[in-house]
Amino acid sequence: MQAQQISIFLENKAGRLSEVTGILSDAGVNIRALSLADTSDFGVLRLIVDDNEKAESALKQGGFTVKTTPVVAALVNDRPGGLHGILDLLTRNGINVEYMYAFVQQSGDNAVMIFRFDKIDEAARILSENGAEIIDGDRLYAM
Amino acid sequence: MIFNIEYETMPREALESIQLRRLQATLSRAYAAVPFYRKQLDDAGVKPGDVRSLSDLSRLPFTAKQDLRHNYPFNMFAVPMDNVVRIHASSGTTGQPTVVGYTARDIDTWAELMARSLSAGGATRGDIIHNAFGYGLFTGGLGVHYGAEKLGASVIPVSGGNTRRQVIIMKDFGPSIMTATPSYALHLAEAADEMGVSFRDLNFRFGIFGAEPWSESMRREIEEKLHLKAVDIYGLSEVIGPGVSMECHEAQNGLHIFEDHFIPEIIDPETGQPLPWGETGELVITSITKEAFPVIRYRTRDITSLNPEPCICGRTMARMNKVSGRTDDMLIIRGVNVFPSQIESVLMEIRGVEPHYQLEVDRKDNLDVLTVRVEISDSAFSDEVKELQRLSETIRNNIKETLGVSASVKLAEPKTIARSEGKAARVIDRRKL
Repeated sequence: MQAQQISIFLENKAGRLSEVTGILSDAGVNIRALSLADTSDFGVLRLIVDDNEKAESALKQGGFTVKTTPVVAALVNDRPGGLHGILDLLTRNGINVEYMYAFVQQSGDNAVMIFRFDKIDEAARILSENGAEIIDGDRLYAM
Repeated sequence: MIFNIEYETMPREALESIQLRRLQATLSRAYAAVPFYRKQLDDAGVKPGDVRSLSDLSRLPFTAKQDLRHNYPFNMFAVPMDNVVRIHASSGTTGQPTVVGYTARDIDTWAELMARSLSAGGATRGDIIHNAFGYGLFTGGLGVHYGAEKLGASVIPVSGGNTRRQVIIMKDFGPSIMTATPSYALHLAEAADEMGVSFRDLNFRFGIFGAEPWSESMRREIEEKLHLKAVDIYGLSEVIGPGVSMECHEAQNGLHIFEDHFIPEIIDPETGQPLPWGETGELVITSITKEAFPVIRYRTRDITSLNPEPCICGRTMARMNKVSGRTDDMLIIRGVNVFPSQIESVLMEIRGVEPHYQLEVDRKDNLDVLTVRVEISDSAFSDEVKELQRLSETIRNNIKETLGVSASVKLAEPKTIARSEGKAARVIDRRKL
């Protein structure tokens, strides 16, 4: 039910982001989705890639602080109210979304959203019980 | 084990009579042979013969680092070059280097003091000593080396640098004692970790660390990461090198000063007045056996206090507490005295923070601004920004609470703060005063 996200600590310095993309490119890793959260001093880069192990070891070798984080990828109807339906469902069940971002590619008529929850197992259960489609890691990385 | 039972456990009364005799001899020789000391004493209106008790020491003028620089390179030597067998020099990072000389007997004295120190730190004849102090003009490497040989231990003269090779040697040769600067010891721990070598599988029992101030919390960190008991050694090239004082591994509570060779005093760094036992101030040392390079009331600029209490190890020599900072390391931030070692202690109390930090001081709109850059560890890293902000907020609050000074905290990527193989550069002061 879960997918793994790679999280990377970045100081706010010119060129750091391109060092990450350079390392991944050299390692032959394809980035499937990303989101960057930043403050005035540092940022956290979050990536969904096609090969987690390869990406993590290449980045660690390159001197980056890296960790993998479990996230949930869910299909969201690509129409007005599609995302709202899901968020509303979660709110009613007392689940917090820490952050979320969209996948680059569509899946048929659906958008793919990546969610980071405080209570991941419960969130995934509620989503699937209410008919939302969850994409497991292997399918996600290969999309 | 006590290397020299006769001297190291001597009753104070006997010790003081030896000190007085040796002090008088040193003064006569320095007065006769070194123009600088002759002038100092003459200006103060004191003759060597006026010193009739140890308390008369406080009538003599101080010698400062600046005085040694003014007499660069050899003008402080008290013997002709014929009798000098070794020359060392300070790195000169804070100005012109200071140059020191040794006679054959000085080298022998130093080896004896280092053999005493290594013994106090847990070394025996059967040990293999991994000596990662730098060999060269710096006194650390050769100081430990001669002491180890005097003791009869096996010494690996690995020196500083080439860290990966050091890890292989530690693994293959199985040394049981490490000697290094504390920051380099942690650097070795990181390198070993990267190479998949665990200190748990190595043979180390004791680590003898010195040449830069380090805190109690850094000691705990080193002991945990290197799986050894960490003890503190103290010395400075102007006095003799390492081996001026040494912590015993039994108590790990203060460094025994080898008082049959050095007389310590604590003074108020502002007024120069001697302070009573137990009070904190600047350490001043007079050498009483050195031939080539005697020092009279040398101001070390190290901040500590003296403790004459008997020690569980059996040594009677007074102990100095761990050096808590240097008078010239001290930062004054908006009127508050701040020692880097205090910041270090705060950081080490916080989980997930590495003991690698740097203090940057700027002046903005006539206000001092202190920035603490600190490396984040893998375990503290979170994918959530608010967790990271909470960590830097905790650091900020703890610094404010403990030191009474506001600092801005910058989390840094691992290994981005320069590690030197010798002393760590902790402070960047960009204030133009």
